[in-house]
Amino acid sequence: MDPLFNDGVDLAVVLIVVFKTVAVFAFLLVCTMLMIWFERKLISDMQNRIGPNRAGPWGIGQTMADGVKLFFKEGLLPDRSDRTIFRLAPYLAMVPAFVTFAIVPIGGDFSRGNNGIISLFGHDTFLQLADPPVGILVALACSSIAVYGVMLAGWSSGSKYPLLGAVRASGQMVSYEAALGLSVVTVVLATGAGLSTHAIVAAQMADKWTLLTSGVVPFGIFFLAATAELERPPFDLLEAEQELVAGFNTEYAGIRFALFYIAGFMNPITMSALITTLFLGGPSGPAPIGPVWMWSLVWWFLKVIALLFVFVWMRATLPRFRYDQLMDLGWKVLIPLSLAWLLIVAALRVGTDEGWNMFVVLGVCTVVLLACGGMLSLASRMGAERRQLGELEG
Amino acid sequence: MGYLGGFLVSFRQQRLAGGKVLTNEYPKQKRPKPERLHGRHVLNRYEDGMEKCIGCELCAGVCPARCIYVRGADNPADDPVSPGERYGYVYEINYLRCIHCDLCVEACPTEAITESKLFEFSFTNRADAIYTKAELVVDDEGKPQQMPWEDWSDEATALPHTSAWVRATAPSGNAAYEGRVGWSGELGFGVRAPERGQDGEDPVPAAPEDTGAHGHDDDHGHDDHDHGSGHH
Repeated sequence: MDPLFNDGVDLAVVLIVVFKTVAVFAFLLVCTMLMIWFERKLISDMQNRIGPNRAGPWGIGQTMADGVKLFFKEGLLPDRSDRTIFRLAPYLAMVPAFVTFAIVPIGGDFSRGNNGIISLFGHDTFLQLADPPVGILVALACSSIAVYGVMLAGWSSGSKYPLLGAVRASGQMVSYEAALGLSVVTVVLATGAGLSTHAIVAAQMADKWTLLTSGVVPFGIFFLAATAELERPPFDLLEAEQELVAGFNTEYAGIRFALFYIAGFMNPITMSALITTLFLGGPSGPAPIGPVWMWSLVWWFLKVIALLFVFVWMRATLPRFRYDQLMDLGWKVLIPLSLAWLLIVAALRVGTDEGWNMFVVLGVCTVVLLACGGMLSLASRMGAERRQLGELEG
Repeated sequence: MGYLGGFLVSFRQQRLAGGKVLTNEYPKQKRPKPERLHGRHVLNRYEDGMEKCIGCELCAGVCPARCIYVRGADNPADDPVSPGERYGYVYEINYLRCIHCDLCVEACPTEAITESKLFEFSFTNRADAIYTKAELVVDDEGKPQQMPWEDWSDEATALPHTSAWVRATAPSGNAAYEGRVGWSGELGFGVRAPERGQDGEDPVPAAPEDTGAHGHDDDHGHDDHDHGSGHH
């Protein structure tokens, strides 16, 4: 728990919380603005283009200009829309993006047993907005709520393309949430520090990144599942322009569209922050000179930017998945793989605790996994054969 | 490398990784214009300053977009505008209708109207779109006149080329006359040299086998000739 609340809640504590909230809100909005610019600039660089270069130096003010334009545009309400839900949906997409960020530790001095506490106006606190005991589960919950934003937007538009986009989105997000959650479980097991994000980060200090302690596989699974969860390319089926105009937000205009747009670019930032927290040791890193908490901020930021770069890089490189390929990857590859890896990590952990022979543990694991994998491939092959037979007969 | 090779490809396109930007920042940097680009018209003058236009209205007649309006008038005896009997008294081209097909240039018997390479203009009202004689006739150096809404930022390459098509083949577009001067001099430029050959080589002006283009039109039994391929 945040040491801020150790001595009860008085006015100063409330004000500090308000200050932190506003700071996180502003930080996230500015980051989103820069992210939009960064993505457009980087992807144009990778496509031999120039990208935005009119508004401000290097076109850095382009997002501002676009935002101002969108705010002054008419907010259309389609005739057949469900008005209340149509108005509500953008906020349902936007709010989870903010809330998820609240649990991300963005810095703190973890050296020499400091436990990441900094002093803010004479009160000890963490460099994160909230540290609830359920910790990382908040992130999973928020990503589930974000589905509603997309789904309700598509459904309430009263139009075909948005509906199709929403159906695709809900199927995709629900499928990949399983893989996402399973790799989070692996992380929690590997760190052994509970669900609190602060504890997870603290357990990764001294270069014990979960990326390595859990094996690299959960990181890969989480990254892929996160990309699918963010509906970013190559998993952006819900707004596949060639098929669905713009997917769930086809009927949106003006400020409501802007909210979806902001949410769409804020989500990669929060997701990168989460990946940094879970796998890359959060703000950990060497601090040669000066205060450690400052260096921790720098390291955290660099890691997030590196991840964002990879997100954009993927978008510039990979073509969009077909829907059945998407489902195959989710259900037949990522979920079994994350389950298998969870089994291995759990077995190793129990084995260490009980003092079992590691070779025996690994051997049993291998046998079990081979059997499961064989059964799975048999099942999918039989399913494919049956489908083919059905096609022949039908 | 399969999937991962693609990542290398897109990574290498970045400028820091040695990639090249293909975008041409258009208004700032312009590509060289094609040799026979059809831009806006000019009305040429002879080297002595006389206008070439004789007000025959052939250009107006041939114009498929009906964008040319010409009225001819008799030359004043004391102050003639053109060397002949008549001159173009009114000459207007509506650039909201012009399709730059160059048929007017082909029709003109005196090479009075030719097309420059200037196409980068955007007027803000319909009156500006109609170029009258005051705007179309070349100035005393034989150059087109610049309107305030015309972008002349690559003037050096665009300006001298006001009669490229005429100088490529003549007369009547007959390829056998390529490289042979068949046109009159222009104010400011004199008699212009022929354009380079169509395949990019320096053309060697070879004398046509028959004595003139007229012989081809009349077709006095030159059945075995190259030019007469289309007659039945």
